Parts: sequence; C-alpha cells; structure tokens
Amino acid sequence: MGKTISEKILSRASGKDVYAGDIIIADVDSAMAHDGTALLAIEAFEEMKGSGLFNPNSISLVLDHVAPSSNETFSKVHKRIREFAFNYRANFYEVGSGVCHQIMIETGQVKPGELIVGADSHTCTYGALGAFATGIGSTDMAAVFMSGKLWFKVPGTMEVRIDGSLPKMVTPKDVILKVVGEIGADGATYQAIEFKGSTVKEMSVEGRLTLCNMAVEMGAKTGIIEPDEKTIKYLEDMNVDVDPQGILKSDPDAKYTAKLQFDMSDLEPQVACPHSVDNVKPISKVEGTPINQAFLGSCTNGRIEDLRLAAKILDGRKVKRGVRMIVIPISRRIYLQALKEGLIETFIDAGCVVCNPGCGPCVGAHQGILAPGEVCVSTSNRNFKGRMGCMDAEIYLASPATVAASAIEGEITDPRRLKVDE
Amino acid sequence: MSKLIEGRAWKFGDDVNTDLIIPGKYKLSITDLDELSKHAMEGIDPEFTVKFRKGDIIVAGKNFGCGSSREQAPLVLKHVGVSAIIAKSFARIFYRNAINLGLPVIECVDAERIEHGDMLRIDLEGGLIKNLEKNEEYRFKPFPEEIWVILFSGGLVSYVKKYGKLPW
Ligand code: SF4
Repeated sequence: MGKTISEKILSRASGKDVYAGDIIIADVDSAMAHDGTALLAIEAFEEMKGSGLFNPNSISLVLDHVAPSSNETFSKVHKRIREFAFNYRANFYEVGSGVCHQIMIETGQVKPGELIVGADSHTCTYGALGAFATGIGSTDMAAVFMSGKLWFKVPGTMEVRIDGSLPKMVTPKDVILKVVGEIGADGATYQAIEFKGSTVKEMSVEGRLTLCNMAVEMGAKTGIIEPDEKTIKYLEDMNVDVDPQGILKSDPDAKYTAKLQFDMSDLEPQVACPHSVDNVKPISKVEGTPINQAFLGSCTNGRIEDLRLAAKILDGRKVKRGVRMIVIPISRRIYLQALKEGLIETFIDAGCVVCNPGCGPCVGAHQGILAPGEVCVSTSNRNFKGRMGCMDAEIYLASPATVAASAIEGEITDPRRLKVDE
Repeated sequence: MSKLIEGRAWKFGDDVNTDLIIPGKYKLSITDLDELSKHAMEGIDPEFTVKFRKGDIIVAGKNFGCGSSREQAPLVLKHVGVSAIIAKSFARIFYRNAINLGLPVIECVDAERIEHGDMLRIDLEGGLIKNLEKNEEYRFKPFPEEIWVILFSGGLVSYVKKYGKLPW
C-alpha cells in the first residue's frame, strides 16, 4: 500500500513499515526547547536522574520568548537554561539570536526527511521543508534529552490542495487564514495536513513556512509540503547541505483521511477576528476598525519577504498618530539582511519601533503589552483572549501588507487601497 | 494512581485554549507552582480556584487544551486537584502532556450529557463513566497499553522513578 510523506518519514525513523494509526517508538533527529518550555524539561530531566544528553549536537536551546528578560524571575530562568546548555554541551542561542523556529532552520537542524520535535506548538513550521516536525511538551522533551527517542501515533493525512495565482497584495498569510477559517480550530486534530497545488508550488519557501506554521491552529500534528528544487536552494543558500535520500514524496496511491480543494485566484486579504484564529473574515467585512498597535514579526511573518512587503507600503509614509507599530525581524540573519537592504531605515523613518529578534509581543510577556480596550493588528498566529497580555484587549491577525496599511491609516485597511510603486 | 475516580463535574465549553487555562503572562513570570496555580482557568472563571474542590472533574466540549505546548496548563490543573478531564476531544499536545503528568484525559462523545455539578464515577481501566446524578452510563475507549503504563504510574517521571528507565 502506498504511503504519505509523513508515513515514509515515520517508517524510516522507527525502522518499521508504519501507517496511520500505528503507535511507534522513533528516533528523533533534532529537538528544540525555548525559554518558555526548557525549564520544566530541565526539571523533569533532573528528576528522572538524566545523566547526559543522548546527542548534544541535536539539542538546541533558544532564549527568545522573553528576550531580553523583563524581570528577575525570568532572568533566573535564562540563567538556568544557559548553565544547563553549557554543562551538557547542547546548542545554545543567546538572547537576540531570533525566534527558535527560524534558528532551527538557519542552523541546519531541519532537513527534508527528518523527524524533529520542539517544545513549542509551532514546531510544525518545518514541515514546509519536507520534514516531519511536531510540538511536544516539556516532560516529553526531557525524555528526548535522555534517550533521543519518543513515542508517536502515526497521523492520518489530510490533503489540502491550493490552486490559482494570488492577486496583488494577497499573500500566503491570507491563504492560510482562509484555510483555517474553512477547516476550523479543530478540523484537523491529530492529523498531518499536506499542502499541495499550483499556488504552493509557485510560492517561495518563506511563504510555505507561513502556511505550515499555522497548521497547528487547525489542531494538526504538522503541516507538510513535498520538498522541491526551491527547498534545496533555500537551504543551500544558508549553507545547509541536503541529503538527496531525504527528498520524499507521497505515493500516488497513498491513503488520505480527506481531500480539500481551494481556488485562491480571487482571494481577498483575510483577517482573523477576536478571539479565535478560525474566526476569519474577508477584509471588506472589518475595514475601518480602529487600531492602537500594529505588530509585524513572529515565526509566522518575520522573514525577509514579509519585511520587504511591509517596507514597500510604508516607504515615504508615516504611521498614524496614536498608533505604535512594532517591527521584529525573525532572526539576526534576517535583521542584518533588512539593514543592508535599507528596510530598517524605512521602518524607522515611518515611525515604527524596531526591536531585537525574538518573539516580541506575540506571547504577551513583554515588548508591546496591550491596555484594556485596545486593539492590535498583528502578523502573528494567535489572537486568543489575553494572548498579548491583557484579557480585555482585541487582536486581529492579518498579512504583513494589511498590518502595514492599517498602521498608516490607524484602522484596519485593505492594502490594495494604498498606491505602491512596483 | 487510582483506577477509580469519583468527583463533581465542572462544565466548560468548546475550544478551551491554553491561554485561558493559564495565560502566557503568568507562565512567563511566575515559576512557583503554588502561585501559578492560583491563576488556573482564570481566563474563563476568575473564581475557579476558590470554588474548586480537590478531586473534582473537568468536563468540556471539543478541542480542550488547544493552543500552545505549555505543560504548565495540565500542570496547574493537576496541582489544584483536578482528578480527571473528560472532553469530546483534546488538542494533541495537551493530551500528551496530561498523560505524561499522570492526569487522566478521557475522550468521550457523551461529555455533552454531563451537567455542571453532576457526581461522576470513572472506571479508567474499564472505560466507563457513571453519572450518579442522572443514573446514566457513558463508555470511552480504554487507553492503549503504551499510554496506560505511563498514566497508571502517575506520569512519565514517576514511571522512570519506579522502573529506573524510560518505557522504551
Ligand atoms: S513568535 Fe509567537 S508563536 Fe512563534 S514561537 Fe514565538 S511566541 Fe510562539
């Protein structure tokens, strides 16, 4: 019987011929924890009397969630993680390196065909490179530290086919918001979502990362895309060698739990409204909603293409009085690239505040916490109540283009309304 | 861990996410578990921890625990004394985390029949929930062996303490 790409990767990792529904013990190729989850993993590791890391070169610890630390308690957390990483010789990424997921990709910890776990739900992002990657908790992570292995249930796969060329100012973020709105917050629970179709084929790897990043917002175990020449080039540009053995594709007779199809050639910019990610509306339904804060960044949309698009719109314009716009490049590498391309200058000229690489306001611990009654339009991936630190604030999720246009107008704005030089 | 659980139902709706169970701002600023647990379920019912009695059972709709991978979510629920969670479905990371902490998570389509305050008796091994208030019975699929050994040991850490090694 044919296999999906996920079944193939999990077969290789478990050394068995496995299909959806099987429970397996598999070798993990690479693992990551960050300052929001590593402490509990370290504590569980110590409680289980872990004596060393199974393979230190494959364990990465990143300080990105509250970075730099905003309080003494968290400084102590950072200190513990730093010491643990040094003691056990794990890969360690200091404050300012960037968002954990991008670091995993840039440092070659993610390759097509590999099995990767992260103590973070958005680990599913790496599926865009043809890896099987999924989020786990801290105790699971401690077990991976010790043994390099973990149990998994092989997921069924839902095929999501996306066709059509995207209209101007309509981005991969709009595509994935539309899909989340249709499938719903639990529509793909326990499953892998395989994104296919001409739109995905045409899309840059950065755009594909945006798609897979939000697979978990439908409950999926991962999002995954068959790797192609673009994937290989993207990795090679960052000096990551790709093993041709890892380039896997689903068999034509593989079994899918469902097949969905979308035509995106007439797609409008999309917005996820408070307080759930699947509360998605076309922008025409929410245009004019006044905003107080705009956030461009996060593991969803903090990459160079996202910054370029927003800068193009902000160029020669100003952020509306009364609105603050926070810009956070996803990693040090992207920050430098943006500097060289002059994008950072454009942001600062427009009145934005540019913060160091990291998660920023996305998780509501520092840098841009909202006040009661305030509204933020954000390129991040979650708009739950309280997400940006205030229970009585509202978060709208949108594309980099929509966020930039909204910051200029001071209200949610269709980016197609602003004239932009090509 | 006991195979029989008895307690009162606390009823919640669909899509109870991890930010409602324990907001990120606390998770990232409080490391003391007693302190952190005071904010359990604060996003839905700020008085939850005051009214909740040790041993009570959480009953919810679909997709319980969706959102982040934060293990603090099941951890604070266990710490305040939640003896089991029954839901129509769970988000998968929350489900794994709960098992690893020895907190029984039970997927049962009949969760919606249970009302706030109903007295429940759960037979974990047999896969049976008795609603003593309504005199009804609901079945659920018993845990697969791989999961049961971890759960019944009281979680993964307890398993390792007991057997001196991981289950694999
Ligand atoms: S940017 Fe946001 S969603 Fe991404 S890892 Fe950081 S906190 Fe999580």
